[in-house]
Amino acid sequence: MIRGLLWILAAILLGGIVHLATVLAMPQTAKDDAFSRLAPLTPVNRVVPLPAPTAQNAIMPFMDPAFASAVCRYDLSAGSLKLIAPVSQAYTSVTFYTRKSIAYYAINDRAAGRHSIELDLMTPAQHAALPEDEDVTAADRLIIESPSATGLIVLRALAPEPGSMPMARLALAAATCGLQPPP
Amino acid sequence: MRLLFGSCFTLLIAAAIGLGATWFTLTRGVAFGALSIGAWTAWPRSGSVDIDPYARASIARSGELPIGMGDGIAFYAHTDDAGDELDGRCSFAIRGLTPPARYWTVTLYDPQGRLVANAIDRHDFTSEEIVRDIDGSFTITAAPQARPGNWLPTGGVERFVLVWRLYDTPIGVATRTTKEGPMPAIVRKGCS
Repeated sequence: MIRGLLWILAAILLGGIVHLATVLAMPQTAKDDAFSRLAPLTPVNRVVPLPAPTAQNAIMPFMDPAFASAVCRYDLSAGSLKLIAPVSQAYTSVTFYTRKSIAYYAINDRAAGRHSIELDLMTPAQHAALPEDEDVTAADRLIIESPSATGLIVLRALAPEPGSMPMARLALAAATCGLQPPP
Repeated sequence: MRLLFGSCFTLLIAAAIGLGATWFTLTRGVAFGALSIGAWTAWPRSGSVDIDPYARASIARSGELPIGMGDGIAFYAHTDDAGDELDGRCSFAIRGLTPPARYWTVTLYDPQGRLVANAIDRHDFTSEEIVRDIDGSFTITAAPQARPGNWLPTGGVERFVLVWRLYDTPIGVATRTTKEGPMPAIVRKGCS
């Protein structure tokens, strides 16, 4: 009897370990995460508009249909990245995701406080290698550190009513991201 | 012999418990740090690097990109205020106040996060296009058949999910009470 209970206790403990291990391993093994879905559609280090989600077709689940969106799938292994996103009339935001879909930084048009959102994206190593005395440390230059060498930048522009969707798409079409020429 | 039987039994049960618990938590969207207001629940930490392992696993599995913390916050409702599941064959009135935000959108999805097909091709309302009463309040009716005013078609699906997204809002990790963030009530009005 006691022996049976011990077996069951062991099973529950082992079950807990299996549970934790599978939860922690999931982001590593997932084949259908956002990055994998977008990789075949998006050339690297280029802003690409995403088709609006419809009932029949959506690249990702739970996309907000009121927004025009575009993606820059980045790879920082060859250098740092410059992102310039003009602000649309209503609301524009830029969100940075790691390769594993973790939103590590997000900024909207008001926080950026200008007519366009301009950011430099680099790995912590590239940031550390920046020469200190140059004017690159000027306060108006916004530097974001990416925790992973690859990831996604998602640009979103709100169309407050359906009629303003073309304007929102147009604003995103002018956005650029690209590797910075070495200094 | 008994040892062999015992250990096989234990391993089998352990695998069942472990994988079962993982499947359960990932399909139900279990995560820590939930902010619940009425029928609405948000996970503010999921839009930051403080995201917990459950939310990370669930996002990796579903393929979605969570809304970033500096962008806004998303509240999900799977039930009405009485706790009944949102059934697309019934009609629901969504009315009340919204927390302060520069813009908001409310969108109707199926439980997998797909938009629901309908005749008028409407899946959402934004704070700008909604028809308001004279006092600034509004009522959205989620129903399978056409309704006057702000009709959000359910397409007659068995289950649906409402997602309320607030953009550029002070609501977030620090929000504690429902007084800081009133969310609209969801009330069932009858089923066809």
